[in-house]
Amino acid sequence: MTKPRKALALVSGGLDSMLAVRVIQQQGIRVEGINFYTGFCVEGHTHAIRQQERARPRRNNALWVAEQLGIRLHIADTVDEYKQVLINPRHGYGKHLNPCLDCKVFMLGKAHAWMEQHGFDFIITGEVLGQRPMSQRSRTLPQVAAESGVGDRLLRPLCAKRLPPTLPERAGWVDRERLHGFTGRSRKPQVELARSFGLDDYAQPAGGCCFLTDGNYASRLADLWQARGTRDYELDDIMLLKVGRHLRPRAHFKLIVAREEGEVNFLQGYRRQFLHLATRSHPGPLALVDGQVDADDLQLAARLVARFSQGRDAERVSVAVQPLDGPEQLLEVAPLHRDAIPAEWYL
Amino acid sequence: MSHHRLDARRLLCPLPVIRTQNRVVDLAPGDTLEVLCTDPGAAKDIPAWCRVHGHQLLGIEQRSGELAVTLRVVAGSDAE
Repeated sequence: MTKPRKALALVSGGLDSMLAVRVIQQQGIRVEGINFYTGFCVEGHTHAIRQQERARPRRNNALWVAEQLGIRLHIADTVDEYKQVLINPRHGYGKHLNPCLDCKVFMLGKAHAWMEQHGFDFIITGEVLGQRPMSQRSRTLPQVAAESGVGDRLLRPLCAKRLPPTLPERAGWVDRERLHGFTGRSRKPQVELARSFGLDDYAQPAGGCCFLTDGNYASRLADLWQARGTRDYELDDIMLLKVGRHLRPRAHFKLIVAREEGEVNFLQGYRRQFLHLATRSHPGPLALVDGQVDADDLQLAARLVARFSQGRDAERVSVAVQPLDGPEQLLEVAPLHRDAIPAEWYL
Repeated sequence: MSHHRLDARRLLCPLPVIRTQNRVVDLAPGDTLEVLCTDPGAAKDIPAWCRVHGHQLLGIEQRSGELAVTLRVVAGSDAE
């Protein structure tokens, strides 16, 4: 009797990996999913933090996809290990601080270890030849397979017909003729395949699913590294880069100013870790100070916070300063005029 | 059968799910786990994780800005 084969799928929560799973399931193969959490995921955090985003449907797309497909999903916390991928990418960065090629090698390497530990036979991904400029080119697809250690146990069902046959195909575990040969950046073939499967609800994040491909986020991260003099981070650091306005009025400190209630609530969780300011005479935001500040810096910070409060046009605004230790201090300041805030202060 | 608690407060999605997943691995069938969370997304994500893995959701309780999600570990749902 032939041994039933099992495939492990990299599930991002997007359409392509969803289709890849369905294609292989249709060949009678049991599939389970794995999803990697790096700390730079766009979806869940933005929704959780920002009040205005909560009007949109809130779900973890990878879990949702797993449920639609009827597969188990294992979510791996790779925040600490991922630091080395981001800080020292062997293959460099893409347009911003996105180490896409190293990231793919890393995730497939982790998936490979999981596959071997749990007795799976091969790995599938939703990659499409030519779809991504860095990690999904004809030169890099085999490179990723080799460097990750997965080798020819890596099957890409959506573009397999454009690639040399892999072990699952050669061994007859899957029928190559029932795989696909998608190429390029067009989404049409995927949308049509989804329709043929009866899948009409799937995530298509307009700006991608990783903060590292976002220019604004990447410049905040670069600023953090420069200000600290070291290319390192903790999870709280990269969370805070997603939240609020970031202004660096002086090289030695920056302000993180909440933009709305959801962000205020989120930043309140950091009040014990950061000196923080809040307006008292007028409704206004909570702001954290990252860095060492003296009395002059505090005056400037208070004037900035007043600027973002409802007292922005008032002559004086009362701002409470709460140091990490010691009593609260109340400052009466004139809100900084909009024209007095140089554009380069905004990160 | 015993009752366990997991503090996932201040963690944002998907960390409450990951912590739940990693904790359940060490529990016995029939054990219950109460996960305390502050990310409202956990109210959807942990139940979704339970459905995907065959565990039983016992309830979700709101407690002054916090959520308590309780589940029962079901035999054979994860380990095979």
